[in-house]
This record gives sequence, structure tokens and C-alpha cells, in this order.
Amino acid sequence: MTTQTAEATQSAYNFAYLDEQTKRMIRRAILKGLAVPGYQVPFASREMPMPYGWGTGGVQVSAATLTPEDCFKVIDQGADDTTNAVSIRKFFERTAQVETTTHTAEATVIQTRHRIPEEPLREDQVLVYQVPIPEPLRFLEPSEVETRKMHALEEYGLMHVKLYEDIARHGAISTAYAYPVKVEGRYVMDPSPIPKFDNPKLEMAAIQLFGAGREQRIYALPPYTQVVSLDFEDHPFDPSKAEHPCDLCGAEDSYLDEVITDDAGSRMFVCSDTDYCLARRDAGHEGAQGARG
Amino acid sequence: MMASDALTGGFADAPTEAARAFRAAMNAMAFPGRIQPITGGQGPAPLSPAAATLLLTLCDPETPLYLAGAHDTQAVRDWVTFHTGAPLVGASEAMFAVGGWEALQPVSAFAIGTSDYPDRAATLIVESAALEQAGSTLTGPGIKETATFSLPEPEVFAANAARFPLGWDAYFTCGDRLAALPRSTKVS
Repeated sequence: MTTQTAEATQSAYNFAYLDEQTKRMIRRAILKGLAVPGYQVPFASREMPMPYGWGTGGVQVSAATLTPEDCFKVIDQGADDTTNAVSIRKFFERTAQVETTTHTAEATVIQTRHRIPEEPLREDQVLVYQVPIPEPLRFLEPSEVETRKMHALEEYGLMHVKLYEDIARHGAISTAYAYPVKVEGRYVMDPSPIPKFDNPKLEMAAIQLFGAGREQRIYALPPYTQVVSLDFEDHPFDPSKAEHPCDLCGAEDSYLDEVITDDAGSRMFVCSDTDYCLARRDAGHEGAQGARG
Repeated sequence: MMASDALTGGFADAPTEAARAFRAAMNAMAFPGRIQPITGGQGPAPLSPAAATLLLTLCDPETPLYLAGAHDTQAVRDWVTFHTGAPLVGASEAMFAVGGWEALQPVSAFAIGTSDYPDRAATLIVESAALEQAGSTLTGPGIKETATFSLPEPEVFAANAARFPLGWDAYFTCGDRLAALPRSTKVS
């Protein structure tokens, strides 16, 4: 971008795209969300220059959170280089002139779709989730009036019945992502469709904000908030992953994607967190198929 | 006739200064009892710079505001109306309230939300003579083990926390610093 067009962009948009009154409304919702961890605060979600399902909730929360000094990172299923991540990163480069990065440790605000970075986050970082369906009870009870009452009365029996039926039918809880959690012993919350492998990481040092644009809800987890994955005494929660090391960097502690490499059934497992994998390979770690050119 | 100082003391560059001020306010709410610097706004006395900045950052025509006690002066009313447009109301209708702890009594008058919508609760901005990282012991979300903070009447905040998820939330402001105590924080 030339200096001239950069300046034109800068003057054409308000800082971080949204108008100030919208940001105040979102900011008030974020503060109430932090005050009542796990409770979904309704907010007047705006139309964004991208379709619903592409992270409009996360983008609005990021827009209300970013300051000019922030360094911004976006990941989609762990990857910095997917279409959605690249375009959201560019969006804020243009409308907020913030610095961007792909390195987890350098970022102060990280917007994510469906993953928590492998590298532990710090107190000075903010993790913003894109959420499709914020209501954990929605697939069990379609009525918003009813689910609101269920949260008010702490009536979560239906969710336990669902998990029990999983065990009765499959011998184990078959929910592998968007695995429901209980926050501070009060609200049952949908952690967004992160793999259940990431659930233990929900108790972290960073502020976590969740934005659902289409469903018009914001919720939050302050640092160190107690987050317990629902389970049964005889079927304890199991944050499972593929029984395999990463084929590129050899990591045995990271969440893996299975990649089909030909039509003869060959496959490889690679870290879903691309920055984590790259950093390990740069540090000299190498997996079974990890030869670097 | 509006005094001319009602027109000054707003953000020089609203989008960026409000963003920085909000980050301070969010960190305060996310780390209960931790004192943060916050700057940008300057209102007429007795409004502290921290409280003035909070009002500029969070209030607008959609947020009924209660000015308590010594803060209910014509100068403050004019300043708030010019810069935020927030309607001035009584304690029971307020989304935000600003004043000294004594002036905000009885705090039972403020909205604590409903069981269906606990977010519909007031936020109190308590102007304080001092903020110290000493006094009451705090535990709960946002606190790794324990924190300590100077609360005016610890038993009132303990009672407010006992009815979680209902309850109001509080900011404490002094000069250009603030701290917060959400209803989720247990006080002992």
C-alpha cells in the first residue's frame, strides 16, 4: 500500500472501523460479561463487512478492545495463514493501523476461531473467540425463553442427560469439540467449537472474551476463572488427541490435524497451531516427515 | 447559562483515548482490586480525572446516570450532559452512578439485575480519598490466589457477592487511578 492510500484509508474509517457509540455499547457488554463469568450478555450486534459465520462477533469484540499500541494475531483452526485469518488481520491493519504478528508471544490481542494457542498466554494478553452458537443448551432446547430460564434456575439436568446418553450409546462421551464447561460452579458455558483437548487451557492467565455476532451475545472469562468440563465420576473428562507425534516438528503435546496426502490412504499428522510447529522446527526439532528445504 | 469549562476536558482524540481508557477499565474489572492508571478526561471538581475518563468511555444517551451527593452540581451536570448526553436520573433507574461512598448510600437502591438478565445491574463509580493494595482479602475470578484492596465497607461488598450472579459492580477512582470490584469477587 502506498503512503497516500494508507492515509486515505486512515481518514475514511474511524479507528478500528466501528463508530464510538457502538464500541461503548460493546465495551459495556464486555465489562458485564467479566463481572458475571460465563453468562451470555445480549448486545446489539452490527452488520460487518463480512458474512455471518466468518467471525463478525469476534471482529466486533476485537474492534472494541484494540488500542493503537496493540499487536494483533488472528488464527483460524490454529493457522495464521488461512483465508479468514489473513483477511481479518488485514482488516485491522487497514482500519486500526495496528501492528500484526503470527507469533503468539508477541501478540497482545489474539482473535481465534476454534483453537487456543499451544503456548501458554500471559496476563497482558487478550484472547478473543469467534463463536457460532453461544448457547450450550440450544441443541437440546430450541427456545431462547426456555434456555434463559434454565440458566436462571441453574437447571442443567438436560445437559447431563445428553452426556449420559452418549455413554449409554457409545460407551464414552462422544462430544469432541464445543465440550460444555461449568464456570465458577454457576453457569454452563459453550467454550466455542475448540477441541476438547483445549478445555483444560481455559483456566489461563489471559482475559478471554467470546463474541457471537449472528446470535448477538458476548461472554467472558476473567484470568484464573475456574472452568470445569462436565463429566461423571465413573466417566471422567478426557482431553484426548490423536495418538501420534507431529510429523513435522515431532511435538507430542500439541493438538494435531490429520492430513490425507494421496489417494492410497497415506496420511500425516501435523500441529494445528502453525506458529507453535514452526517455532519448534526453527529450534531444531524434527518429526518423521519434517525435512526442511 | 452553561459555564465554558463544561465544554473542555473531553478526549482530544476520542477513538484512541477511549480505546486506551477502556483497556484500563477492562483490566481493572478482569483483575479485581488491582490498581490501574487511567487518563484522558478532565471534569469539573469534585470529579476525579479517573471518574471523568470512565464516564467519557462508557456513558452516552443510552446510559442513565446518577450523580450522588457532592457530585450533583450544576457544573458536573453541564459537563456530563455536554460530553456524554447521559440522562441524569435517580439511584434506582441508574445504569451508572458516581459519587463518594457515603453519598451513594443506601446502595440497596441500585439495580442488581434479574435472574434472567443479571447484566441489567448498575455500575457504581466510587470516588475515593485513597486506593491501596491493602485491607480486605479478595478471592474469585481474575485473582490467582488472593488480592488485597482497601474497601470502604467490606461487609457490604461481601453481602453483594453473596447474591451472585445478581449484584452491582463497583469501580473505585482516585486521581488518575482506578480499581474495580465485580460482584463475583468474594471479600473476607
